Formats: sequence, C-alpha cells, structure tokens
Amino acid sequence: MSDVMKDRRTDYGPPHYEQFLPPVIKENYGKWKYHEFMKPGVMVHVSETGDKLFTVRAASGRLCSVSKIRMYCDLADKYCDGYLRFTSRHNVEFLLTKEENINPLIKDLAEIGHPVGGIGNAISSIVHTQGWIHCHSAATDASGIVKCVMDELIEYFENTKLPGKLRIALACCLNMCGAVHCSDIAILGIHRRPPRIDHENLRKVCEIPNVSASCPTAAIRPATVDDNPSVEVIEERCMFCANCFTVCPAMPLNDPLNDGVSIWLGGKVSNARHEPMFSKLAIPFLPNNPPRWPEVTTAVKDIVELWAKNARRYERMGEWIERIGWPKFFKMAGIEFQKEHIDDFKFAGLTYKRSTHLTF
Amino acid sequence: MADNIPKTPKLDELEKGRWPSFVKEIKMAAQKSPMAVDLLGQLEQSYDEKIGYWKHGGIVGVMGYGGGVIGRYSNLPEKYPNISHFHTMRINQPAGWFYKTEALRKVCDIWEKHGSGLTNMHGSTGDIILLGTKTDELEPTFAELQKIDFDIGGSGSDLRTPSCCCGMARCEWACYDTMALTHDLTMHYQDELHRPAFPYKFKFKMSGCPNDCVASIARADMSVIGTWRDDIQVDPDAVREYADKGMNIESDVVDNCPAKCMSWDGKELHIDNSFCVRCMHCINVMPKALRPGKDRGATVLIGSKAPIIEGALLSSVFLPFVKVEPPYTEIKDLVDKIWDVWSEEGKNRERVGEFIQRVGLGNFLDAIELDPVPEMVAHPRENPYVFYEEYFEEDEGEEEEES
Repeated sequence: MSDVMKDRRTDYGPPHYEQFLPPVIKENYGKWKYHEFMKPGVMVHVSETGDKLFTVRAASGRLCSVSKIRMYCDLADKYCDGYLRFTSRHNVEFLLTKEENINPLIKDLAEIGHPVGGIGNAISSIVHTQGWIHCHSAATDASGIVKCVMDELIEYFENTKLPGKLRIALACCLNMCGAVHCSDIAILGIHRRPPRIDHENLRKVCEIPNVSASCPTAAIRPATVDDNPSVEVIEERCMFCANCFTVCPAMPLNDPLNDGVSIWLGGKVSNARHEPMFSKLAIPFLPNNPPRWPEVTTAVKDIVELWAKNARRYERMGEWIERIGWPKFFKMAGIEFQKEHIDDFKFAGLTYKRSTHLTF
Repeated sequence: MADNIPKTPKLDELEKGRWPSFVKEIKMAAQKSPMAVDLLGQLEQSYDEKIGYWKHGGIVGVMGYGGGVIGRYSNLPEKYPNISHFHTMRINQPAGWFYKTEALRKVCDIWEKHGSGLTNMHGSTGDIILLGTKTDELEPTFAELQKIDFDIGGSGSDLRTPSCCCGMARCEWACYDTMALTHDLTMHYQDELHRPAFPYKFKFKMSGCPNDCVASIARADMSVIGTWRDDIQVDPDAVREYADKGMNIESDVVDNCPAKCMSWDGKELHIDNSFCVRCMHCINVMPKALRPGKDRGATVLIGSKAPIIEGALLSSVFLPFVKVEPPYTEIKDLVDKIWDVWSEEGKNRERVGEFIQRVGLGNFLDAIELDPVPEMVAHPRENPYVFYEEYFEEDEGEEEEES
C-alpha cells in the first residue's frame, strides 16, 4: 500500500480535451461553416477557412476488448494521424483530412467486422445497458438482444432509406441506465413477479424503514415473519419497479418464468419539429428467448418497416403515430390493445383521450 | 489460456450475423484474461437459465474517493472463481470523447494488466467503463491511471461525470463551447464528483444546439442546450441551390416548421424570426444555406430523469437564455443555489426533478431566488386551488380588501 500511496494524486480530473484534438480541429475550432452527407456513414465538415474534415462513423457493439480498441488505434494511426473519437451512441468515428483515405479505411473496418453508417436518415447504434454481463437487476440481457436486432436491421444502418432518424435504445430493467424513455423504439426488460423476500437475512442486510420508503406505491410494510423482523409486500400493489431490490438485496425480483421484454415507441430528445417526448407502450410483454430473441427482433423489425413504409419524409416514429393516431397504429401494426396499455400511475388521467378527434 | 475457454453453444450463435459481436470481444479478452474466461462461462449459464448471476453491489473503491467504482460479485463464485469479484471502474472521459491513440493505448495496457481487458466505450453517462476486476487490483489500477492523467468518474449519490456533444470541435451548430464548459464544471466540482454528499445522483449534460445529441433534456438534472436569440443566418443563393437540386422547400422545410413562421415563394425563403422556436429542422435539412444566429448562448433546463422512483421526467426551463462564457458565473450560481436547497431538503434517493415536483416549482424558485417567467411553463395553471401565502386581517390596515 505504501508504494501505492507515494506520490498519490486525487481530484486532478480528466485529461484536458485539447491535447486530443487533431490539428485540423484545433485550427478550425468554432469556425465550421457547414457539413454535407457524402455517403452512408461519411460526412464532410467545411470550415470558413476552407479546410475540410471527413468523418467516417463505424458501428461498435459497445462492449470492446482492449484488443479491439488497439485495432481502432492502428486504423487511426494509419489514416488519421493518430486521432479518433467516440459518439454518444457508442459509435467510433475516424477523423480524416485526406479524402483518398476514406475508402481504404472503410475497407479495413469491414475486415475487422465493423460496418460504416448511422448518419442521416438511418438507425444509429443502439444505446444499451449491461444486462446479464454485469448487472444484478437485469430482467433480460442487453448486448444479446441488441446484437440480434441490429443483425436484422443492419441495412438501415448502412443506408439512408428511412424517412427520418431512428433511435433505438435498450435498458435491461426499469432503472433505465440506458435512458430509453425518450427513444423512437425502446426495448425494456421487465419483471412481472413481486419480490421474493429472504426473511431470515433481510434484517441483516437491509434497513427496514428504507425498504418501506423505497416503494412508490407504499406496498411494503414492516412485519415479523417467523420471529424475524422483516417486511411484507402487498402484492396487488406491486408494479415490479425493483426499487426495493435496489436498496435491499434480500428482495430479488429476477425470475426466469416471468421476466421478459416490453416495447415502447415514439419518444425523441431532439427539439427538431415536434418537442421532445416520452416513448409510449406498444407491446407489454415478449418472452426472453435467448440466444436470438426471435419474438423481439421480429416485433422491432415489423414496426420499423411499418413506419418506414407509411411515414412522411423526416417524420420520426412518434410524429408519425401522433399524426395518424394510436388506434390506427395498433390496427396497422396488428397489436392487440389491452389493459396494460392504459396508464394507472401518477398523471394517468392526462393520457386518456379527452376529445372526439377519432379516426374510423 | 485459449485451451480453457468453455463451450458456449448459445453464445456462439451471437458470433453469427454482420453486426459487431460482443461475444467475439469477450473471447478476444479471454485469450489473455481468466476473468473473461469465467465471464463466458457464467454468461452461457445465464443464457441457459434466463437469469443473471450477479450479486447486488457492495461498497468498494479507492482511498479518498466515495464513488467511481461499482462493486460487483458473482453469485456462483465456486464455479467461476475468477469473477468472484468483477468490479467496474468508471474513468472520466475527456470532453467530447476525442482521443489520441497514444493515450488510449496506455489505458488498454493498464486494463489488460489489472483487469478483464473488457471495456465499454463508453458508459451511458459518458465515462470510459473498465469492466471487471478484483478488489486487490483497484488501487494498483488507479495508481497507474494517475500516471497517465486519467481520473475516476462519479457513481452513487454524487455529481455524475459531466458529458457533452463534440460542440465547436466539429459542429457548425454549436451555440456555445460545450467541451470547455464541461471541462470547467468537471474541474470546478471535483469534490462533489468524487465524494457522494447529495440526496441522490446529479447529472450535467451539455448539448451545443436544440438537436441535443447527448439527450440532455431526457437524462440530465441540469441540461444546458445551445440556442440563439437573433435571426437565423440565411444564404439565399444556397437556398435556391437546394431547390434547384430537387429539394421541395415547401414540403420538406416550410410545412415542417412547428412555428409556421416561414414561407417560400419559389425564389426566396422568408422567416419571421420573432416567432421561430429554434427547433433546428430547417437548419438540419439545409445546412449549407441556413445557420443559427450570431447572438448565441444556451437555455438551461432542470430535472430530467428515468422512471425510478416517482416516474420519468423531462427537464424544464429555468434560464431561457444565458450567455455561456468563462468563468460561467451565472450557471455556477444557479447550480450552487439548487444544490443548497436540494441537499438540505431533498429526501434520500430523491432526484432534484422529483424534489421540485414534490415542493412545487413556484416554491422551489422562491427558495433559489429565481423570478418566475412564462418560458418556464407550457401553460399557466388550469386548476384554481392557488396557495396564497398571505392575506389581510380586518384590524391590520385602513384599507381592507377582501376579494
């Protein structure tokens, strides 16, 4: 430990970004004039000085081994003078000053298994969480579903034939580390069985008042079970948020028989045209069916293609559904509307249809 | 090592198909790391049994820091001893996620030596995620990271690692320097970032324009979104060029304007900027012809979050327009006031957005000494149950007005 503590520094913060900016960016910082889409996954930014910067965006699975990062570095050294960046959706971007390097780079990327795309009216990489790879509360795997869905939809990553942008996100439980709640398509892992309480150990690992307070519907109250101070759950009030499990490991909700996936549609964060909006429930439950989750991939693909076929140019999923109305959407999509679609939490009344604006 | 790789028939199915395969990544790491070998084994078991095998967290970290390391333990440590501990380290990314390969290779070398060799580039909040190592390796990893100037990010009830879009580095729409503000706030609030002292987490996200590429309006307790106050810059010749090249200005641009503040007469685009809501659509589709105005700054919004606990929220407007220039006094003053009130009055695990819902925006504005303005609401109240705080008593003054 003494070796470790010697010369120890804390609170020095991240490296300053300036040292990682390529010269063309340093020279044109804040001077970019416009950009143009060149071909799928490639764009050029043109500066007021006339300088040009070419960006090649490649897909990534988010989970990266150091070997893969070194391969990225090799390509950046070969074509980009040793500079690269990542995007908010886990893509890797190569920044080039020589246009003639674009095609050789794309060819090299293909050789290491990384398609280029995700710019313009396309799907970008799926923002997602850890799932069974690293999370204790996951109701489904994250990387697995993402891989299967993108294998199905890869043509829409590599081309720009969609009406508008399509942003898919996946979170493996309601904690939503992937913040899926404002995505065109959100794939959300859900539990459907109330917590199974480990009465013998609960008092040793949890604070009972905190457990009670954690429940948004006040379904948890202190109780003595087999002489152990513990809690009881009013099961009909449980909506499976797993917030109790977050504060108390003795209340697991994970359950192979009941865990699965729900599909939510029509959210966006951009202010372009329509204001930002939340995603809304389209499919309450699909089973966990690893390794390829056929029910989920089919459902997502069908929705993407229905939107692609029917939406107007630039219309995002939520803008399209808002225009045609949800009843029409459910009919066109062949999705049965059921009780679970109707909100029953706070502000639920605001989601009821309060007009006669209906289509028939 | 390669000989020990377990049979994973289910995971092998995920090596097929054209999208980059995370299974291949784990297998690459398994060439060198026994942790990655056991991860494959446990993950295959999860795929067989449709359930995760990770234990609930646990408090681990490095000396002097209260966050940045996520404790993780396997539920099956006898079967998979190399991942009996499998902690995550969050490493504060450089603003904008730009790297020089030289620096990135050093991070790789450290993580190959001390961890699983697996990463996320990047995590949802923005950090470099170093995925999986043992408790004993945390201090040595941090010691090496100190030498290459990479520090630890946030976790738990602290300031989470701020993040931003690429801003002025590569975007003509950046209305302020997102990377400079992000770096400045990150350095200014190092203590809050590393030592959890809040009721719950707090996130900053900086987007350079209303397209909001870092989803700040959905994911940040404080969203700083670039905007402008003056007129959209128009190059009429370039507009005509778009039209000549086949763009239907009427249907592609004008009809999509949410403010209905523009018209096209076949030759010229007219914009009534006094009604423009700065949505970006027209600029997005004609980047060569239209640009944000010159009087640029940001709108500051507060309170978004995912559903846990009381339901998901979007951020709402606090400062309709602020100039974003060093030393960012106006923004920091707002942050400090919000933190003061929320730290004092917020309940355990209550995000600031939920706190505002509970006490009411009006009361919260009073507490942070910010005057209400109509930009803060979608519309004024519809319900007449108004909480007036004072009323006149009959014997108080000469002028009695009870109405």
